[in-house]
Amino acid sequence: MSSSDVRRGARPSVMPKRSSSGWSLLGSEISVLFRRRRTCAMLAAVALIPILLAVAVRLSSEALAPGEGPPFLDRVTQNGLFVGFTAMVVAIPLFLPLTIGVVAGDTIAGEAGLGTLRYLLVAPAGRVRLLLVKYAGAALFCLVATLTLTVSGAIIGAVLFPVGPVTLLSGDTISVSESLARSLLVASYVTVSLLGLSMIGLFISTLTDVPVGAMAATIVVSVVAQILDVIPQLSWLHPWLFSHYWLGFADLLRQPLDLGSFGQNAILQLCYLAIFGALAYSRFVTKDILS
Amino acid sequence: MTSVTPELTPPAQSLAIESRSLTKRFGRQTAVNGIDLTVPRGSVFGFLGPNGSGKTTTIRMLLALSQATSGTITVLGQSMPAGLHEVLPRVGALVEGPAFYPFLSGAANLRRLDTADRHAPGQTRRARVHLALERVGLTHAADKKVQAYSLGMKQRLGIANALLLPRELLILDEPTNGLDPQGTREVRSLVRSLAAEGTTVFVSSHLLAEVEQMCTHAAVMSAGSIVAQGTLAALRAVGEARIRVRTPDTAGALRVLTHLGLEPTRAPLDDPDPNVVVAPLVGDSWLPEAIVTALVAGGVRIRGFAIEDPSLEERFVALTGEGFDVVQ
Ligand SMILES: Nc1ncnc2c1ncn2[C@@H]1O[C@H](COP(=O)(O)OP(=O)(O)O)[C@@H](O)[C@H]1O
Ligand SMILES: [Mg+2]
Repeated sequence: MSSSDVRRGARPSVMPKRSSSGWSLLGSEISVLFRRRRTCAMLAAVALIPILLAVAVRLSSEALAPGEGPPFLDRVTQNGLFVGFTAMVVAIPLFLPLTIGVVAGDTIAGEAGLGTLRYLLVAPAGRVRLLLVKYAGAALFCLVATLTLTVSGAIIGAVLFPVGPVTLLSGDTISVSESLARSLLVASYVTVSLLGLSMIGLFISTLTDVPVGAMAATIVVSVVAQILDVIPQLSWLHPWLFSHYWLGFADLLRQPLDLGSFGQNAILQLCYLAIFGALAYSRFVTKDILS
Repeated sequence: MTSVTPELTPPAQSLAIESRSLTKRFGRQTAVNGIDLTVPRGSVFGFLGPNGSGKTTTIRMLLALSQATSGTITVLGQSMPAGLHEVLPRVGALVEGPAFYPFLSGAANLRRLDTADRHAPGQTRRARVHLALERVGLTHAADKKVQAYSLGMKQRLGIANALLLPRELLILDEPTNGLDPQGTREVRSLVRSLAAEGTTVFVSSHLLAEVEQMCTHAAVMSAGSIVAQGTLAALRAVGEARIRVRTPDTAGALRVLTHLGLEPTRAPLDDPDPNVVVAPLVGDSWLPEAIVTALVAGGVRIRGFAIEDPSLEERFVALTGEGFDVVQ
């Protein structure tokens, strides 16, 4: 252990100035999140969904009757651009919430479980700043996951099926480039759809030091919301469930473009952000860090 | 303008840590019970106590990780936790053992934790991480994943994390846990060199010998309370010297010493030599040579006679009611 000159006169009586690197924690969070093998594995699995779907359709000789199987599936053989849409419909009820549950549930509880939470906080990261950075990381994961699915769907669709102008649900036909733009719109719709669940996960994550518990609880919440959403007796509740508009992106596949459900969905998700953000904040700023 | 002499500086300025009636309860259990810590600036302060006596709980409150049930804390002249954003950048800490991301390398872990501090300049991050690793002797393992580190290496990395920036105060919770004797010596000399540079070091330990070897001041914790606090010299002075007589005539020695007004006892059972009588030497009532003369006159055969200085160990055992692990 050699001594160094850096620490000579190690008694700064004035506070060191805040350097402009307030953002570097966000950079570090993103790089740690996306270089984790677990995150990469989940993204790989997300990318596999459209691939499996397209290969299965390609290999089966029977043609599907219109309306059979998941929405759009019957159109895949005519136009590869439908692979991404179909895969999104398949992934959104369970698989995407599962990955969000893992990422959002891990945010605070994962750091607590490792014990690194106390070192981040004595650095000091600032509790509010840490919450914001953690949420930003989870939100970015939502975006990356849906984009991964969209891109993977477009590529495998183009490889296995003919690609051409797309006939929409409304009967109108749009060009290939327009249809790719619609795919991105669908991806952003689904990303927004998952933001509320991410905030719920963040809140649950502040409640425990056991990351697996927070992950499981977040996934359970998403399943329960979807179950409630199909019980007719609870129809008054349905518009308030964060999962209510999850499959509403079909509206984005009409001509003229209908952004109504996009807006309603965004407002609903904002409400969840506000409520669960406030809960996470009030819980975390007063939490005793005993991990 | 006259320069301010140390005596004239207000106490708050000369103290690195001050707590008043600091208390922490977990449910019905009181982990820390109204402690008044007084840690002077520039000291190496030993926070000594057996396992479970409340050291880590206290440190968590000092660092604003957990909220005190009652009492006040001042760190580096500012009230905590209100002043944590100004105070914590000037404090390096190791709390309840090291903790890292096992899937990142040692250097990547330090860079990650360094980004958490808004005051840590990004341009010098790599250089500072390198220096900190060098300072704890981990340069060779900088790029190894932490999951491949031994406990001792993690402990060193934890100390390196506390040294990423020049600090006014270091709070080290049992820094030598898991280290081999060589590592323990290195930590000791590191603490000395940091203290020589003007850093106040607050170091907790359950090992008396460790505190004796590196600290200038100490507080002794027992079951959540401070039972003694002050400079090491002052803590030692409280104990009393005693005489130790080695003789085959233990009964005679007991009789003579009692006659002199001392309170002799046979050596404790675990003493390797059964033929020993000890007696505390109260004040300077008797000169040792007079005691020897009296013993000889009383027909006691003396094989050995010694005056033992007060041992901190005995004092602390008396204070805490528990033994301390002995470092080899
Ligand atoms: N999170 C907690 N919940 C309940 N009791 C706790 C908690 N943390 C510590 N304690 C109790 O507080 C006491 C002091 O613990 P601690 O401060 O860790 O001791 P030390 O660091 O001196 O070994 C112990 O009796 C311990 O059981
Ligand atoms: Mg402890």
